[in-house]
Amino acid sequence: MIPTLVRPVVTFVVLIGAWWAVTRLGSIPFYLLPQPPAVLHALWQQRMLLASATFTTFSEMALGLAIGTLLGSLCALAMAFSPRLQRWIMPLLLLSQAIPAFAMAPLLVLWFGFGMMSKVVMATIVIFFPVAAAFSDGLRHTDPGWLDLAHTMGAKQGAILRHVRLPAAMPAFGSGLRVATAIAPIGAIVGEWVGASAGLGYVMLNANARIQTDVMFAALFVLAVMTVLIWTVVDRVLRRILYWAPGNGGAAR
Amino acid sequence: MTDNDAPPRPSTHQPVDLPGLRISGLGLQYGTRAIFTDLDLTVQGGEFVVLLGTSGVGKSSLLKIVAGLTRASAGTVTATDGLPLAGRIAYMGQQDLLYPWLTVIENVMLGARLRGERQEPDRARHLLERVSLQDRAKALPSELSGGMRQRVAIARTLYESHPFVLMDEPFSALDTFTRAQVQDLTAELLQDHTVLLITHDPLEACRIGRRLVVLTGHPARLGPPIEVPGPTPRAPDDEALLHIQGHLMRILMEGHGA
Repeated sequence: MIPTLVRPVVTFVVLIGAWWAVTRLGSIPFYLLPQPPAVLHALWQQRMLLASATFTTFSEMALGLAIGTLLGSLCALAMAFSPRLQRWIMPLLLLSQAIPAFAMAPLLVLWFGFGMMSKVVMATIVIFFPVAAAFSDGLRHTDPGWLDLAHTMGAKQGAILRHVRLPAAMPAFGSGLRVATAIAPIGAIVGEWVGASAGLGYVMLNANARIQTDVMFAALFVLAVMTVLIWTVVDRVLRRILYWAPGNGGAAR
Repeated sequence: MTDNDAPPRPSTHQPVDLPGLRISGLGLQYGTRAIFTDLDLTVQGGEFVVLLGTSGVGKSSLLKIVAGLTRASAGTVTATDGLPLAGRIAYMGQQDLLYPWLTVIENVMLGARLRGERQEPDRARHLLERVSLQDRAKALPSELSGGMRQRVAIARTLYESHPFVLMDEPFSALDTFTRAQVQDLTAELLQDHTVLLITHDPLEACRIGRRLVVLTGHPARLGPPIEVPGPTPRAPDDEALLHIQGHLMRILMEGHGA
């Protein structure tokens, strides 16, 4: 058995090695693709700037994730509770996705300002949909046998939602939340690109304008590490909640 | 506070006056297609009736109507004591239908959880003992074998302590030997219930049914009832059983060809 930590480390080392080899052998100019040591240097030199930018972007992502998940879940529950409500909400949900998040970003900055607020709203919009769609799907596709059993046991609609449909939908909710977590940086970073005075997206945009490609890569690296860490935490929590579902670490103990 | 609403519990040794089940003039129609028409069947109080039919003949629909899950196109299903059927039926579906996120004992007490009543773990543990699963109370269903899961489903059915039990091919997912074992247990534990079980398996029907009826044809009709002599569960090599099993097989094949 390979310990779980070995695989990502191997992947990381191979990727960095390939990158280094390309920059050494291909004689690519520094401003296009800096060598790994240069990025490491930039990472250390700009550590204060990067740390504060990371904190800003992390806060935006975490808030967006929390609010987006909450609103998405509430929306899915509302639709599960009333089919009539679903017929009204579903087209709106689709409409919200028909408009690309990128196109909304300038408008959101205009409405909510250059601060964190516009980025949190942006991340919330990006995260909301996968959670609402997956959770609502899970709530609608409960095993008919489980529902029949609950009906013969004299369960009321509310009890069926709470004790049958809700737990049965948790695996679907989990996959929606995993997708949302993986794309959470999109909202925050796009928001920062359009207009911001802090955050990793802002650092990248500035570095790009000054052709400081090494700083740009350093920021990108920090963003990737942060996203993977957040995803891991979310995944751990989900495994804990879904102790019973196969393929979630549970069930096949 | 909900204790007063709980129905009286039948005990194994005391004969209880059990209500029977009366199906009269029952018909089911999808559009212009009649699945079955004019079905009449009475299950006496405490009787174990097996309804036998090939797949697609409408026997699952029939059971769902009796369970109050589907509406019939015509006819009525009533209890012989004149009280409503609703809330007095325990239902076992084609799978064990255990909720995978609940432990074994929580699954046994599912009815109480769903109705918001107080759960009685002592009674649940006692029932688990009767299906020989007392040491698996805290396990998740996914940790059990198919036969064990089915035994939990039986305990859950008994926990409801309802006079009527409806079973829809409950053992079809089990292998032959495990199925025979669970049939034995069912015949023994459901003695003080009014049971209607549907199956496509003539051997199963003969082993645990006191009275058998066959549902065949399009639209489907019920054949004359067949009494199987002797106490249940019957040995699989019982002379009378083998004879009736062959007879049933022939009715089913003829009905299916027609």
